[in-house]
Amino acid sequence: MTKTFTLDGKVIPFEEGETIMEAAAAAGVYIPHLCHHPEFKPHGSCKLCTVNIGGRLGAACTNRAAEGMKVESETEALNADRRALTQMLFVEGNHICPSCEKSGNCQLQAVAYHLGMLTPHFTHFYPARDVDASHPDVLLERNRCILCELCVRASRDVDGKNVFGIGGRGIKARLIVNSASGRLADTDMSVTDRAAEVCPTGAIIRKRHGFTVPIGQRLYDHHDIAEVPVAGMERPKK
Amino acid sequence: MTKLKVATCSLAGCFGCHMSLLDIDEKLFELVKAVEFDRSPITDIKHCGPCDIGIVEGGVCNAENVHVLKEFRRNCRILVAMGACAITGGIPALRNNVDLWDCFQEVYHYGIGLEKGQIPNDPELPLPFDRVHPINEVVRIDYFLPGCPPPADAIWKFLTDLAAGREPKLDYDMLHYD
Ligand code: SF4
Ligand code: SF4
Ligand code: FES
Repeated sequence: MTKTFTLDGKVIPFEEGETIMEAAAAAGVYIPHLCHHPEFKPHGSCKLCTVNIGGRLGAACTNRAAEGMKVESETEALNADRRALTQMLFVEGNHICPSCEKSGNCQLQAVAYHLGMLTPHFTHFYPARDVDASHPDVLLERNRCILCELCVRASRDVDGKNVFGIGGRGIKARLIVNSASGRLADTDMSVTDRAAEVCPTGAIIRKRHGFTVPIGQRLYDHHDIAEVPVAGMERPKK
Repeated sequence: MTKLKVATCSLAGCFGCHMSLLDIDEKLFELVKAVEFDRSPITDIKHCGPCDIGIVEGGVCNAENVHVLKEFRRNCRILVAMGACAITGGIPALRNNVDLWDCFQEVYHYGIGLEKGQIPNDPELPLPFDRVHPINEVVRIDYFLPGCPPPADAIWKFLTDLAAGREPKLDYDMLHYD
């Protein structure tokens, strides 16, 4: 017999070892997330996927599903917290969407649209962050980095290159590049690496590909992120 | 029915949001039936008087912007931040990590086609700030209408909702930050 738990009252089947996020995605239920990607080990850092698990708050991407568990996700209170977290991500970086070539295809922006965020609300930090344009094919725009470590995981676990890392702590945390000079050009990063594709924001982008699709015709311009399946998150039906 | 009094202004913005307001096209005729304009680009009123709705485009980049913004807040029952610049600082905020002096040099001395450039220095010019700020960092804002600029339909929906006393609500297609 398949094991199940309930998510907002809906019965969700799962297999032993699966996380709440994995089981929900397989059942076609969207839980807002930014640092999760089905191809990589869970990281649990953005906290956007926080759900109520039988009265206790936990990340859906790191907590395993268990038989009979009662999970709540789509509540006013949880979405208000998610909105506040998203607002903090906006003010901690320099997100100038009108000048960003990722706009319309950006998951941070799409999550904010999904949550109905109308303003970043908090006082902007306007931090000074370096741009690394040294690599011939890949641009590193740290102003847009949300420290999700997807590039770190992709480079380490898929590309086997360890190009990226997070250095510093707290508000001083920043994306660093593993080369003696600290420059991307001095690594073995290639534009065909998985790490070049995986960034949810406009922090890692391929050069000479910006604005190929006009603003207004991009993915999230007309599609809520909840209806766009992330490749690899659906589970083949047995 | 008494007409709603509406004032608008552009601070550190490009007037694109105002152009989008004009883009509501023939609905402008309906709008002027319900609305009377106080300070705005279509009147020649220099100072904002008591109003129902104040719409502010652009962020705060100099002392005069603060002055105008405070005047709007004092006079407007409902204050709306319209567009990316008013809400986040927008494109003008791209200068926030550039030293103001370097910025001036670049624009007035080294700009393409400039010879013997001069940095404007007239006592009548408002004092520039070293950073551009969104307007909610200066006064309390009641509503935010994002976009660069917000689509004409979004502005229309927003204003008609407000005028009818409804909580303004944007459809997914009308909500964007670029
Ligand atoms: S990365 Fe996304 S949220 Fe940040 S500026 Fe670009 S489009 Fe906007
Ligand atoms: S560069 Fe992109 S993928 Fe890497 S940590 Fe920053 S936001 Fe995440
Ligand atoms: S997606 Fe779960 S913490 Fe980021």
